[in-house]
Amino acid sequence: MKNIILNINGRSIQTVEGRTVLKAARENGIYIPTLCYHPRTKQAGKCRICVVEVEGLPGLRISCSLEAKENMVVLTNTERVLETRKMIVELYLSSGKHNCISCEANGRCELQEVTYRLGIEKSTFPVLTKDYPPDTSSPMIIRDLNKCIQCYRCIAGCNNIAVNEVLDMGFRGSNMTVVCDTNKPMGKSSCVICGECVQLCPTGALTEKKAFGKGRPWEIKKIKTTCPYCGVGCQVHLHVKDNEIVKVTGVEEVAPNYGSLCIKGRFGYDFVHSPERLKMPLLRKNGKFVEVSWDEALDFTASRLLEIKKARGPESIVGIGCARTTNENNYVMMKFMRAAVGTNNVDHCART
Amino acid sequence: MSNSIREIENSPVLFVIGSNTTEAHPVIANSMKRAVKKGSILIVADPRKIPLTRWATKHYQHKVGSDIALLNSVMHEIIKNGWHNKEFISSYTEGFDELQKVVSAYPPERASEICGVSEDGIRELAMLLGTAERVALYYTLGITEHVTGTDNVKTCANLQMLLGNIGKEYTGVNPLRGQNNVQGACDMGVLPDVFTGYQKVADETVREKFATAWGINSLPETAGTKIPAMFDGMLHGDIKALYLVGENVVMSEPHQAHTIRALEKLELLIVQDIFFNETAQYAHVVLPAACFAETEGTVTNTERRVQRVRKAVEPPGQAKEDWWIISELARRMGYLMDYTSTEQIWEEVRKLTPNISGITFERIEREGLQWPCPDINHAGTCYLYCDNIFPCGKARFQPAQWKPPAEVPDREYPFVLTTGRRLWHYHTGTQIRKSAGFDDVFPEELIEVNKEDAGSLGIKNGDYIRVVSRRGMLRVKAWVTDHVSPGLCFMTFHFHEACANALTNNAFDPFAGTAEYKACAVRLEKEG
Repeated sequence: MKNIILNINGRSIQTVEGRTVLKAARENGIYIPTLCYHPRTKQAGKCRICVVEVEGLPGLRISCSLEAKENMVVLTNTERVLETRKMIVELYLSSGKHNCISCEANGRCELQEVTYRLGIEKSTFPVLTKDYPPDTSSPMIIRDLNKCIQCYRCIAGCNNIAVNEVLDMGFRGSNMTVVCDTNKPMGKSSCVICGECVQLCPTGALTEKKAFGKGRPWEIKKIKTTCPYCGVGCQVHLHVKDNEIVKVTGVEEVAPNYGSLCIKGRFGYDFVHSPERLKMPLLRKNGKFVEVSWDEALDFTASRLLEIKKARGPESIVGIGCARTTNENNYVMMKFMRAAVGTNNVDHCART
Repeated sequence: MSNSIREIENSPVLFVIGSNTTEAHPVIANSMKRAVKKGSILIVADPRKIPLTRWATKHYQHKVGSDIALLNSVMHEIIKNGWHNKEFISSYTEGFDELQKVVSAYPPERASEICGVSEDGIRELAMLLGTAERVALYYTLGITEHVTGTDNVKTCANLQMLLGNIGKEYTGVNPLRGQNNVQGACDMGVLPDVFTGYQKVADETVREKFATAWGINSLPETAGTKIPAMFDGMLHGDIKALYLVGENVVMSEPHQAHTIRALEKLELLIVQDIFFNETAQYAHVVLPAACFAETEGTVTNTERRVQRVRKAVEPPGQAKEDWWIISELARRMGYLMDYTSTEQIWEEVRKLTPNISGITFERIEREGLQWPCPDINHAGTCYLYCDNIFPCGKARFQPAQWKPPAEVPDREYPFVLTTGRRLWHYHTGTQIRKSAGFDDVFPEELIEVNKEDAGSLGIKNGDYIRVVSRRGMLRVKAWVTDHVSPGLCFMTFHFHEACANALTNNAFDPFAGTAEYKACAVRLEKEG
């Protein structure tokens, strides 16, 4: 791969041949907004907000689809560029119900961010009166087409990343809208609820139903961890507010899943806070389970294990570890059985 | 997995056998589907019309438990046509003559009768695999959960060795692990015959190393009991105490009635879990554990990648991390384990375990590392056996003869029941069924029954039927479908209301001790 030098806003920028102007700029910390382009769905060329001026080329160019060339001279913040972006954003704002106050995406909405950055107070265009009822038919996802800016990210995610091939653009002209299958409600469609579309949506058009009203991005702490289900080991962000997991998203930058998740990984988190969780040690007394202190439970267990070991030998005791808990917990379990009990009778469900 | 998840998308030929990938490993299935979109050939061999077949170039619907017959025949055809990798075989393997001898008994004419794939189908599969530059093979429990599970795995390995599809990118023998830390629990030596990193208990030097590190005089040298023998031992009275950490055996072990009888005989059952599950009711003591979101540590995924688990919330009530509970028990039994953090535990593990000793919490802060990773400067290992260097010297063909499942249909129990998972649920339901929304998507267990069979039994879609095996009986709603071929039924173990393991056969692979969850004989009875 050949390195090339181009000039952006008077700065000399080095990049690799074949990369886009957008990527070269972003790698060097130069701000160019995008609403359709996403590093995972790649080039889209839909929203036009990434326009730049290029010396020697007529008109404005969309930087997400423009290959960087040696000695290219690019300007990302001229008055013409900014005015054009403003007009595009104002058109978007007039295209539906972009009401940030009550929107679940407030604080993470990319349309809101670019509106703020461009200093737009409100659209100078009349707001369209389209009024789609929100689609709440999916058990996990709310679709509000009034907030859809037709960036195609969800369609790219559904068809090119998760390859579930449910979402597409339907109808024509001003009636054009994203549809599930043949315009079915999401909950009645072939959607497998992986939530790839929700994670990619730049606005509040697609949101997580269970997270609704549970907290704003600025109130939430994100903790990176590993999904507790299958062996793929997807990396997830747990979104936590007040000691409660309110949402899960995929970590986009790292292996093995690069942001993708399935229905279980993305939406199967609230068992953690189930009221049925065990909270106290339980001891069977006269045929009934009663809550006891840790000291009582542990003393009982340890003394019974010692009694059985003494009476019947360590081989009469067996332990089954857990393919769901950590390496450290499993190591300690294995060590306990071998060193404290004195038997190799330790196994786990890998074989059954 | 011998190879890595990231290779899937660029593999020219993917051969998926006994893996319902879109439902059991959806994110890996995404990579497979992307590969197809890029032009890769996806070959699926599965007794059911699983969702992945929608993207498959070819689907070979072989009979449950006929994998060895199918694959031996494929190898027979590969050798017959000279498609095998002669250079790889002569330089890096041994036992080819024996393999050739064994597979010569599986011409397509014979194999077809056993596996139900047409003779031409077998020849076509052999051609697709044999003439491909590289093939990556993926399997899951469809291969392992048989009385011939070990031989099934060896047969998959034989095929890949025959074609030289090992030791390089876009190839390999790739089991997809079903739980977040099956790989890690094995790596940590939670097995009766090995310590961490598969260091043998039988090896005196290894035992001495661990005994010294653990500050005790000696460690037991005879291999311990595998899970199936544990339950038999409980029934026979040899085993008196079971310490169960995070495993709902009443739902997950085969032949539920047998499992319950065994548990009832125990003098001491310790259940350490996050919920009062179906097994806990047989316990003498129940210890509340912290769950994944309440603990620090590491887990190891299916591609050998050690990744971090981080604490996000406080455990409920007085629930504690497993390592704390176990250490406290050890202390009260007179053996001191005074850990203060999981990182301290991991440091002890990596010092005792050569193949992961280069992995530290600091190094995997951003992204996990794949073992073998023997030292702190090692970048980890994307695929095993690079340059055809095998731990045992030359790779050894281990041919196997096909044997039928332990229980085959007869007049009394005329249907084969096979089991597995669904996308919408997970294992014994302890987590997913306590998460909102999932029971809305898939509210109850369904038994998949073929249209022809349903027709002849007078069963309509949605009817409740009785399913009876030699070990148990249950009531379940019928899903009349062509996902299963005539004579075959499918259920899961997600729902305690109708758990397939009330019916499954506690027959085990003699070497691995894996139960034959994938095949038992049942009778279907219409209600009323």
